[in-house]
Amino acid sequence: MNHDTYPNSYIRRILRETRTIAMVGASANWNRPSHFAMKYLQTKGYRVIPVNPGQAGKQILGETCYASLADIPESFDMVDVFRNSEAAGEVAEEAIRLKDAKGIRTLWMQLGVRNDAAAARAEAAGLQVVMNRCPKIEFGRLNAELSWGGFNSGIVTSKRRKLRAS
Amino acid sequence: MSIDKPGFETLQLHAGTPPDPVTGARQTPIYQNTSYVFEDADHAADLFNLQTFGFIYSRLTNPTVAALEERIAALEGGRGTTACASGHAAQVLAFFALMAPGDEIVASTRLYGGSITQLSKTFRKFDWHAHFVDFDDPAAVRAAVGPRTKALFCEALANPGGVVSDLEVLAEIAEAAGIPLVVDNTMATPYLIRPIDWGADLVIHSTTKFLSGNGTAMGGAVVDSGTFDWGRNDKFPSLSRPEEAYHGLTFWETFGDLAFTMYTHAVSLRDLGPSQSPMNAWLTLLGIETLSVRMERQCANALAVAQFLEAHPQVAWVSYAGLESSKYKALAEKYLPKGAGAVFTFGIEGGYEAGRAMVENCELLSHLANIGDTRSLVIHPASTTHRQLTPEQQVAAGAGPEVIRLSIGLETLDDILADLDQALGHARRMAAE
Ligand SMILES: Cc1ncc(COP(=O)(O)O)c(C=O)c1O
Repeated sequence: MNHDTYPNSYIRRILRETRTIAMVGASANWNRPSHFAMKYLQTKGYRVIPVNPGQAGKQILGETCYASLADIPESFDMVDVFRNSEAAGEVAEEAIRLKDAKGIRTLWMQLGVRNDAAAARAEAAGLQVVMNRCPKIEFGRLNAELSWGGFNSGIVTSKRRKLRAS
Repeated sequence: MSIDKPGFETLQLHAGTPPDPVTGARQTPIYQNTSYVFEDADHAADLFNLQTFGFIYSRLTNPTVAALEERIAALEGGRGTTACASGHAAQVLAFFALMAPGDEIVASTRLYGGSITQLSKTFRKFDWHAHFVDFDDPAAVRAAVGPRTKALFCEALANPGGVVSDLEVLAEIAEAAGIPLVVDNTMATPYLIRPIDWGADLVIHSTTKFLSGNGTAMGGAVVDSGTFDWGRNDKFPSLSRPEEAYHGLTFWETFGDLAFTMYTHAVSLRDLGPSQSPMNAWLTLLGIETLSVRMERQCANALAVAQFLEAHPQVAWVSYAGLESSKYKALAEKYLPKGAGAVFTFGIEGGYEAGRAMVENCELLSHLANIGDTRSLVIHPASTTHRQLTPEQQVAAGAGPEVIRLSIGLETLDDILADLDQALGHARRMAAE
């Protein structure tokens, strides 16, 4: 996978097949970017499970927070990494270890987060990888909501959009 | 089929304007509307906190205006666009995100006269200071940049005539100084050049001109490339530091490459207020649908008119970058291979009085203060658009007493030439009397 530009079809497929997201680095603080993303994705029908050792056992946006991916009792489709590029390496290792046990299909690193070595290992282990993107922004982009803010969605279509997003 | 890389002509028709999801309307509806219902109190709070996408109030965003914004962003190859009431409002919005009191702009001497006045007089009231230098001289530009300089500003193709900026060189200077290169692309339009491809960070438009194209609607736009790192230094606290008006949210950290355009809507449009009207956005969208076709023909007509004038006995010189005689010919070939624009100047024999007489005697070309119309336009800058400038500034801006500016439109070429010829004849006879 070329990680500089992703085809719309690749991102669209990932966002469609994902139901549950483990968000590593989710913040309890409402004005942090991870909190923005978590809340938005919840309103779009995703279940988001926060992972943050400092908040373990507490609730964030109605969900119990866990200290690590391994502590999450349920399975989840995607790991969304709100950590820096270096720390993303360890998260990737954990996701690879838990891939089959938890049913993980996608490793997603946030806007500004890129770790090519970790991505290569995750891909070799059979995970789909997205780097340096935000699932909130990508969801909004592919469903014409980002366009409302005057942004270039890169989407050209003569088809009428279904009113229920995704 | 999925078109991942649409061409310019496709984008000018389709970008930002898929069919209306509610009605299926193929032409973009005019959302002549001020405000938008919330789903519930929580949704309202999310919108006010910028936590979700959506509309609150048309001073900030409006669906028809947003369609125009996305289309211009797509045509310029930018990340996002903020549309606003006029080209001058666009300049205020662009600099408002960058500047603090005491900060400086290094700007080209060759700008639209109104821009020179705005930067040198009105911006001083905000304690913003513009230094004007010859942008053909990279060393002079570099030397003018100081610790408080927050932007380099020029036009890709400068109004009134025939000057092409060496954007690659200017982008290098801006990059080395850690500041954005801001380029007004009104005269060239993205059909002729996309400044972002050459290193510009922000692109400004008066959409009043070629984009709306028919002389129908005032408007402006600021396009953000999305590639400037606002956190690389401490020069841009509006974007890189917590914003009090949004509970300490930091735009650059929270929105990444959307930060500039988010800020320009959520803070600048909200608090300064120069929003574009939905009707004007719609007229501009309609105009842009034919941009490439108009530009191609208007550039071809302009070149033919420039060649005709260059050979005319009443004409002292012609400043059009598409002419062999232009000192900007090489730059035009590099940056504007599809045409050197449709606006240029020439010097009339007989000076100020001959210029006035010529303009008054045009019968097809319209004597008015605009450019980029489908109709051909003529003006004498020294007595109109560039009147506020000192004589020295007028000459530096290419608007001295003998200068006439033309904006060539879509009429039959022979008719344009015949009108210019008869008006020049009038000017000669008047000078002889
Ligand atoms: C190159 C250029 N920039 C900016 C402006 C200002 O735009 P507006 O008249 O839409 O405020 C003009 C208008 O004449 C212009 O020609």
